[in-house]
Amino acid sequence: MNATLHRILILIRKELIAVLKDPRSRIVLVLPIVLQSLLFGYAATFDLDKVAYALLDADRSGASSDFMARLDGSGVFHRVMNLNSASEIGDAISRKRALLVVHIPSDFERRILSGQGATVQAITDGRNSNTGGTAAAYVSAAVERFNADWRQSHDGLRSPLTIETRAWYNANLETRWNMIPSLIAALSMLQVLMLTALSVAREREQGTFDQLLVTPLRPTEIMVGKAVPSILIGLVQSSIILLLALFWFRIPFQGSLATLYLGLILFMSAAVGIGLALSAFSATMQQAMLYTFVLLMPMMLLSGLTSAISNMPTAMQYITLANPLRYAIEMVQRIYLEGAGVTLLFNDMWPLVVIASITLPTAVWLFRHRLV
Amino acid sequence: MSGAAVQAPLSWRRLKALVTKETRQLVRDKSNLMVGLFLPVVLILIFGYGLSFDVKNAPVAIVTEDTSPAAQDVVAGFYLSPYFSAIPLTSMQTARELMLKREVDAIVYLQSDFSRQLAAGHATVQVLVHGVDANRARVLQAFAQGAIGQWAVKRAAAGQSGSAPPITLQTRLWFNEANNSTHFLVPGLIVLIMTLNGALLTSLVMAREWERGTLESLFVTPVNTNEIIIAKLVPYFVVGLAGLTMCLLAGKFLFHVPIRGSLLLIIFISMVYLLVSLSLGLLISAATKNQFLASQIALVVSFLPALMLSGFIFDLNSVPAVVRGISRVLPPTYYVEALQTLFLAGDVSGLLIKDCAVLVTAAVVLIALTRRNTRKVLG
Amino acid sequence: MTVTGGVAIVGSGLVKRFARDKKESITALDGVSFEARHGELTALVGPDGAGKTTLLRLVAGLMRTDEGTLRVLDLDAATQPQEIQNRISYMPQRFGLYEDLSVQENLDLYADLHGVSVEQRQERYPRLMEMTALAPFRERLAGKLSGGMKQKLGLACTLVRSPDLLLLDEPTVGVDPLSRRELWEIVSSLVENEGLSVVVSTSYMDEAERCAHVVVLHEGKVLADGVPSSISSRARGHSFIATSTQNESARALQARLIDREDVIDAVPQGGRVRAVLRAESAQSIPEATFEPAEPTLEDGLMLLLRQQTNAKPAAGAAIELADKPAPDREQVVIETHDVVRKFGDFTAVNRTSFEVRRGEVFGLLGPNGAGKTTTFRMLCGLLPATSGTLLVAGADLRTARAEARQNIGYVAQKFSLYGDITVRENLDFFAGAYGLRGARANERIDWAMDNFELSNRAGAATGKLPGGFQRRLAMAAALLHEPQIVFLDEPTSGADPLARREFWRRISSLADHGTTIVVTTHFMEEAEYCDRIMIQDAGTMLAIGTPDEVRQQAADESHPVATMEEAFIAIVEKSRDQVRAKDAA
Repeated sequence: MNATLHRILILIRKELIAVLKDPRSRIVLVLPIVLQSLLFGYAATFDLDKVAYALLDADRSGASSDFMARLDGSGVFHRVMNLNSASEIGDAISRKRALLVVHIPSDFERRILSGQGATVQAITDGRNSNTGGTAAAYVSAAVERFNADWRQSHDGLRSPLTIETRAWYNANLETRWNMIPSLIAALSMLQVLMLTALSVAREREQGTFDQLLVTPLRPTEIMVGKAVPSILIGLVQSSIILLLALFWFRIPFQGSLATLYLGLILFMSAAVGIGLALSAFSATMQQAMLYTFVLLMPMMLLSGLTSAISNMPTAMQYITLANPLRYAIEMVQRIYLEGAGVTLLFNDMWPLVVIASITLPTAVWLFRHRLV
Repeated sequence: MSGAAVQAPLSWRRLKALVTKETRQLVRDKSNLMVGLFLPVVLILIFGYGLSFDVKNAPVAIVTEDTSPAAQDVVAGFYLSPYFSAIPLTSMQTARELMLKREVDAIVYLQSDFSRQLAAGHATVQVLVHGVDANRARVLQAFAQGAIGQWAVKRAAAGQSGSAPPITLQTRLWFNEANNSTHFLVPGLIVLIMTLNGALLTSLVMAREWERGTLESLFVTPVNTNEIIIAKLVPYFVVGLAGLTMCLLAGKFLFHVPIRGSLLLIIFISMVYLLVSLSLGLLISAATKNQFLASQIALVVSFLPALMLSGFIFDLNSVPAVVRGISRVLPPTYYVEALQTLFLAGDVSGLLIKDCAVLVTAAVVLIALTRRNTRKVLG
Repeated sequence: MTVTGGVAIVGSGLVKRFARDKKESITALDGVSFEARHGELTALVGPDGAGKTTLLRLVAGLMRTDEGTLRVLDLDAATQPQEIQNRISYMPQRFGLYEDLSVQENLDLYADLHGVSVEQRQERYPRLMEMTALAPFRERLAGKLSGGMKQKLGLACTLVRSPDLLLLDEPTVGVDPLSRRELWEIVSSLVENEGLSVVVSTSYMDEAERCAHVVVLHEGKVLADGVPSSISSRARGHSFIATSTQNESARALQARLIDREDVIDAVPQGGRVRAVLRAESAQSIPEATFEPAEPTLEDGLMLLLRQQTNAKPAAGAAIELADKPAPDREQVVIETHDVVRKFGDFTAVNRTSFEVRRGEVFGLLGPNGAGKTTTFRMLCGLLPATSGTLLVAGADLRTARAEARQNIGYVAQKFSLYGDITVRENLDFFAGAYGLRGARANERIDWAMDNFELSNRAGAATGKLPGGFQRRLAMAAALLHEPQIVFLDEPTSGADPLARREFWRRISSLADHGTTIVVTTHFMEEAEYCDRIMIQDAGTMLAIGTPDEVRQQAADESHPVATMEEAFIAIVEKSRDQVRAKDAA
C-alpha cells in the first residue's frame, strides 16, 4: 500500500512538472481561462442596456410626446432616427440601423382622450428573435407604466390590480450573475478534459507509455497518477474564475467554499474519467484532441449554460442526464447564488459520483486492453 | 527574399498528387471525419431540437390562499397559457420549498384577503421568479404580466372596468413573425460549423507535418509553397461545403427556416467565409508548428469569437465598447450578419455588399499571411 | 545526363550557427570548405554533432548559411533553392513518410511530385520493390511497418527518379545487413551506370570505404578530406589482430585493451580483437599476441580523432558496480517455449524456444521485420503471446504481479523518456517508479550521473539533447534499480563509432557483474560482443549459439565465412531459398 502510494506520488509529481515546466503551457492553462471569463462576462449577456430605436410619430401631440418622454427617459432606449413615413420602417430595420421602430398612429391623442384607447406598434428585428423579443418586452413595460399613470392622473382611477414582481437570487436579473458561476465548472472542464486525454495520448505517441508499463506501476496506479494532476489543475482554474467572479465582477457569493470545492472535486473526477476513457480510443494526440472536441461541444450546449434544459424536448432532456456538466453548472449556481448546502445538492451530486465510478474503472479496463 | 519571391507556375500534376494525399489523410483519420461530418449532424440536431430560447411549459406554482371565484378568475390565464405549466397550491411554504429545489421557475401569490381587497377597488398579485437564469426570468415576468393582463381585458370587455387601457401595444417581430428561435439559430449554426471545420481541422494539418518531420522530405522536391497551401485547403473546403449542404437541407426541410434572400448569395458568401476560416487555421498552424498550441489558439481566436462575439446568440448592442470594437474586426460578425439577413430578411444590398467586401478582404489578407509564413526553410 | 568529373557541390568557408537559447548559440559548422564531384560517391563521416546533417540541409536548400558560399549544380544555394530542389533528391535522417498512406501511395506521391512518367515508373518500381523487399507490403500503411522497413521505404521514395544529385543522410540507420547490401548495390549501380552524383553521410565506416571521396567532419570543422585509402593508411603499422593468451572471451580482451592508454581502438572481430595501437609495436601489452593487420577506414578515423582531438573511445565508460557474490552463471533466467505471436493472419513469431543464463550477453539478430521487436515486447510483458510460455526471472511479466517487473530494465528502440522534463527529473521519476526513495534514490541517481556522464546537463530539457546523450540517459534510467536482466532494443542504431564502443564497454562491465543482457542490433560486428546470439527471419529461429558456432553453421565446404555479417547473410539467404523452394513445390 505504502509502495503504491509512493509510486503514485512520483507519477503525480512528474505529470505536474511536465505540464507546468513549459512557460507556453503555463500560459495556455491560465490565459484562455481569464480571457474567456472576461469575454463571457461582458459579451454573453441577454440584457439589453441600449436599444437603438426609430420613432415614427404620426400624431406629434402632447400625449405622444408624453409617451415618448417615458421611453427616452428610461435610460434603455436611445432614439437614433425620426421617421417621417411608414415606408421608411423597412429600411431602418433591415439595414440594422435600429432594432426597434415605435409607430404612433395619427389618431393617438384623440383616441386616448376619448377613452377608446389607442394602439401603438412596436416593430422589432426578428433576425435575433431573442433580442427582438426582449426589446418588445421593454416597450411593453413602459406602456404598462404609462397606462397606470395616465389612469391615475386623468381618471383618478387606480388600476384594479397591481402586479408586484420580484426576482429571487438575482434581483436585477443580470445574465452575468448566472453566466460567470457556470463558467467555474464549464471552462475548467474544457481544459481538464483536453489535458487528460492528451497526457495519455502523448505518452502513446512518443513511446513513453511502454516505458511506464515495464515499471512496477500498475494500470490503476498510472490512472490515478494521471487523474490527480488533472483534477488539481482543474481546481486551480476553477479558483481563478471564482476569484474573477468575486473581485472583478463582484457577484456576491452566498454559499460555503467547502461545499463548492467538494462539488468541484466530484465533478472533476467525473470529467477526468471521461478524458481518460477518451484517450484509450486515441492513438495520436490529434485524435485525442478532436475526439475531446466532438464530445465537448454537445456537453456544453446541453448543459443549460446557454439555454435552459427544461426548454428542451423530453428525449433531449434524457440525454442531458449523462452529462456531468449539467449537474455541475446547476450545483455551482445553487451554491454560489442561492447558498445551497450539501443536503439540497444531493440530487446534483450523486449523478456525478455515478458517472465517475463508471468512467474511471472503464478507463483502467481500457488501459489494460489496449496494449496490443 | 528574392528566391522566395520567384514562384514557379503551379503544376497540375503535383497539385493533384498533393490533393490526393491530403484527401486520403483526411478520410483515413476517423477523428477528422468526426469533426468534419459527424459533429455538424449532432450540432444540427441539438440546435434544431434541443436549444431554444422560447419559454414553454415553465413550471409555475400558483398559490391562492383565497379560494374565491374572483381569485381563481385572475389566475385562470396561467392554466390556459402554453407558456406555463401551472401547479395549484394553497400554501406559500410548499411553494417556497419547490422554488428552493428549483422545481418551479416562479410563484404567483394571491393572499388570503385578495378578493376582499379587489372588492375594495385594489388588489396586489405577487409574481416571484427564480432569477438565476436572468433571461428566462425576464421572459417569465413578461408572460406572467400578460396572463394576468388577460383578466383585465376580459373585465373590460364585460364592461366591469371603467374603460379600455389608454394604450394597447401591438408588437411585431419582423422577419420572424412566429418568434421561433430556431430561425435565428440555424444561420448561426452554419457559422459555427464553417468555423469549426476551417479553423480547428486546418490548425492541425500544417503543425502535424512539422511535428512528424514530413515537411523536410516534401520540401526537397519541385513542389512550391502555393501548391502545398492549395492542396491543404481543397479537401477541407469540400468537407466544409458538405457541412454547409447538410445545414441548408436541415434548415429548409427539418426546421422550415425561410430563405428569403438569394440561395446563390448564401453559398457564395459561405465559400468566402470558409476560405477565411481555413486560411486562419493554416496560418495558426504554420506559425506555431505545434498541434496542441495550434488547436488551443484556434479555439481562442476563431471558435470562441464566432460563438460569443459574432452577434449570433448575444446582441452586440449591449456589450461594452471595447468588446464591440473587437467584434467589429472579426470576420464571423460579418458572416453572421449576412447570413441572418439572407435567411430571414432578404437581399438587403447595402448591408450585404459591406459584409462581402469585409470577408473577401479578410480571405485575401489571411491567405497572403499564410503564404508568407510557409517557407521552404527549416529552423 | 551530367558530365562526370565536374564539380557538383562547392562549399567554401561555410558557417552555420543555431541559437540554443537567448544568450547562447551553437556553431554547427565552423568554416567548412569541401567539394563533391559529379558521378562520384562522396561520404561525410564523423562523430555525432560533427555537422553532417546541417551540411546536407544547406546543400538541399533547407537552410541558409550564415557565412561562406555554397554552389550546388552551379546554382547558388542561398538564392536559388527551388531550382536546386527541382534537380536533386534528398533523404533526410528521419524520412517523413506519411504514416496514414500505404507503401504504394507514398511512392506514387513522390513519383508525382518529381514528375516521373508512367513508363519510367514501370521500369523503376520493380527494382525498388526488389531492393527493399517491400513488394508484399504494398498495401500496408507506412505507419504499420517496422522501423527498418520504414527506412527502406523512405529510400525508395527518394530513388523514384534519377536526380542530378542525390543526398542521403544516414540512409542505413536501422536497416539490416541484407537490405543494406542491396541498397548499396542500387546506389553504386546508379553511380556507375548513370553517372549519378551522391553525397551520403554515414556512421558505418565500411560504407564510407566504398565511396570515392571521404570528408571527415568533427565539431563543425573538416578534419580530413580525400580518397578512403588516404585516411585508412594513416593507421598503417598501428593496426593489429590480437589474440588472448589467457583463454578469455573476445569481449573480455576487448574491454581490457580499450581501457589502456596505449590502445587507440579495440573491437572484437571473428572471435579475436582488432586493435589500433598508439605505438607501431605491441610489446608493452601483456597476455595477448598481436599480428599486424591491413588498416581499415575505421582504424584510420579513430587514429585521426585521437590525434587531432584527443577523443578516446570508451574513455571512462567502464561503469562502477557494487561487488556482489559471484553470480551463478548456470542459472536460467529467461526461458521461452514454443512461443507464437500472430497479428491476424500474419505470424510475427513462430514457435520460438530459447534459454538465457545469468550474466550472459544474448544477441537477437535478424532482418527488418523478422520478429525481433515482437519477441522483445513479449519478453517484457508489453504484448501477450498467442501461445507458448515465457518466463523472465521466473515469472510471465504479462500476468505477474507488478513487483516482478522490478527485475528488469528496458531500453526501447526509439528514445522514450520524457522529453519535456529535465535529465534529473527523468531520473527522479524512474527511480521513484521503481520504488527507490530517499537516500537510496539519491545514491543511485548520483551513480547514474557519474557513470553515464550526465552531470553536466542535469538541468537541461531532455528532448533538446543530442541523440548520443539521450541514449546514455535511457540506459542509465533502465539501470537505476539494478535489474537482473536488461533488455536493449537496437541501442546502437544511429550511434557513431565512439558511442558504440562506449556502450559496449558498459555492457561488458554489467555482464561481468552478473547482469543478464538481451540486445538486438543491426551491426553484425557487434554480435561479436555477445556470448550467444540467435538469428531470426520471418518469425522463425534460424540459428542459435556462440558467435563461433553460428559462423561455423553458416560456413559450408565451398566458401568459409570470416565475418559475422557474411555468416548472417548466408544463413538468412539459405533459409529464404528453402522457403521459396518449398513455396514453388
